[in-house]
Amino acid sequence: MLIKNILILFLVACVGQSAEKLKIGLVLDKGGKEDKSFNSAAYQGATLAEKELGIELKYVEATDVNSIENLHRQFAKKKFDLIIGIGFAQQEAVKKVAAQNPDVKFAIVDGEVSAANVRSLLFEEHQGSFLAGYLAAMKSKTKKVGYIGGMDIPMIRRFATGYSAGVKHFDKSFTIVENYIGITADSWNNPAKAKELALNQYQQGVDVIFVAAGASGSGVFDAAEEKKHLAIGVDSNQNWMKPGFILTSMLKRVDTAVYTTIKDLQNGQFTSGVVRYGLKDKGVDLAMDKHNEKLVSADDIKKLEKIKTDIIAQKITVPDFYLQKKK
Amino acid sequence: MKSFLGFLFGLFCALMIVFIAGENPLTILSILIKSSFGSKYDFGLTLFYMTSLIFTGLSVSVAFKSGLFNIGAEGQLNFSAIAMVSFAMAYPQLGMPSSLLAILFIGVLAGATWGALPGLLKAYRGSHEVIVTMMLNFISAGISSYLISQYLQNPDSQNPESAVIAESFRTNSFDFLNQFFPESPVNLFFLVSIATAIAIHFFFSRSAVGYEMIAVGENPSAAERANISSKKFVVLSLTLSGILASGAAMNEVIGYSGQYKIGFSPEFGFMGIAVALMSNNSPLGIIANAFIMSVFHKGASDLDIETETITKDFSKVIQALVLFGVGLQYYINKSGFKINFPGRNSKKKPKGNS
Repeated sequence: MLIKNILILFLVACVGQSAEKLKIGLVLDKGGKEDKSFNSAAYQGATLAEKELGIELKYVEATDVNSIENLHRQFAKKKFDLIIGIGFAQQEAVKKVAAQNPDVKFAIVDGEVSAANVRSLLFEEHQGSFLAGYLAAMKSKTKKVGYIGGMDIPMIRRFATGYSAGVKHFDKSFTIVENYIGITADSWNNPAKAKELALNQYQQGVDVIFVAAGASGSGVFDAAEEKKHLAIGVDSNQNWMKPGFILTSMLKRVDTAVYTTIKDLQNGQFTSGVVRYGLKDKGVDLAMDKHNEKLVSADDIKKLEKIKTDIIAQKITVPDFYLQKKK
Repeated sequence: MKSFLGFLFGLFCALMIVFIAGENPLTILSILIKSSFGSKYDFGLTLFYMTSLIFTGLSVSVAFKSGLFNIGAEGQLNFSAIAMVSFAMAYPQLGMPSSLLAILFIGVLAGATWGALPGLLKAYRGSHEVIVTMMLNFISAGISSYLISQYLQNPDSQNPESAVIAESFRTNSFDFLNQFFPESPVNLFFLVSIATAIAIHFFFSRSAVGYEMIAVGENPSAAERANISSKKFVVLSLTLSGILASGAAMNEVIGYSGQYKIGFSPEFGFMGIAVALMSNNSPLGIIANAFIMSVFHKGASDLDIETETITKDFSKVIQALVLFGVGLQYYINKSGFKINFPGRNSKKKPKGNS
């Protein structure tokens, strides 16, 4: 009898152990989870995983550059199963902490770390931006379109070169007005300045603006509504924010990337190395939904699909700012 | 030490707010203590923050002493950092002793320039130092990002940062302090900052120049009559202020990372204002208060991980309440015992972060 009891206890203990939830730590960039853009996407992916896969999620926001490493360290010390760093700024921290904690898995979005326990999630932003540029050009009546970037860094320039290539692909005679909000991390969170820049561009005759600036984007949407012009959102689907004035959003599916990584870990399929998300696997795409169906006709979508397949088949080469820079 | 009661009161208020938010105040305290002393790495990181805060705290307080409000420490340390990195990039082949001396000299010179500019403008054109230093903050941020994005960008990184400067410009190779704290960023400049604070203490209590500087701050026209040129001291104290701020840049560039990262300073310059005010501008008090601020700053991220409700923004509320407590004590002291401190700046009580 006693032995039987012990056996049952043992069994229960075993079952209890195997059902223990995976612990996932999410380190967000300074924009914070409410930026309705880049970080929001990551946060959504992780919360979806929490709901559907039954993992335990803890997210934090970095206070400064040096605190990022500290956050990763603390997660590792607490034996989290997977730590996901969101944003290029965390690359060094992930590299360092991952090397010291080979038994903990890491993932980094927008950064590249080669280690046996790190998966790097990269996006082909220039491809999506090319599409956005093509659509912007189709919708522009003034032959003048605008681009507003957040922080002036190579990644945001990559959006810009893809975008202008898309515009020029439609019609070489177009002019593109390019502005950046700033040079500090504040640029991701400065809607007021974004609005000023947007109003200025509209004043110059621009009638479609693509904005890649995290939480600052909302300022551009305000300006679009005020001046009855169009804007294009970024990262998350932002079409709902000002229906009728947001032509589309260039999706960067950070949510899918985060979700898939967590799911892979749970299924024992976690692999290290680089995973690229491009047009092919819908890692970058344009958002079409009920909020912008009046702005983009079925005919337009057909044209875009054509461009998309051409890019995937490499009939159109989209200039990549990273490669240009290395030359 | 007069502000210690105020500190306790502020801490008490903060813990009450935490309690209302549904967290156990004792847990919060223990997390904060663990976060700063928990391991060698944690303690090292706290000391690293502390080093920068001592420098910026001293920088702000030296200006205060002569009745000036330097909110440009942020820009001064920024400019100093970018100058040092640019210099090291331009002359990578310099050999050991001269390279280190040269980069220190450049750092000091850059900080001094960025401090002297508002000083000169104030003394000879009457421009208010608050406006000028604030604008210089933006200018130095602009200069550094221009240089980074156009010339110095680290080719291996997405981050807006410079490449790492040559070993000969850094102290890492012979840093005995860092060896006690493996992996953590604390470095020799911690000792330098303590020594600087002590030196500034003696500068004001023992030296004639220091005395004259305070005299200008207390009453410029009286000082003028006693044959102390207030113009000269406005320039001098802001220059000194800039030099002290450059210490925070050296802590990062020479002592630790060897590169300029945009955003490397979580606004040390502004936190320095809080540190200086908390300490009534006493250089030795600055050491203590820099430590307190760094514990809270370091603790902010740990509280975020360990608790459900205390996010990094909530930590700012805690910091603000502690500051408030210390500030309150200052006013009580002032009205109760009629101690006269330079009163013109005391109305401004900025929070740790702007």
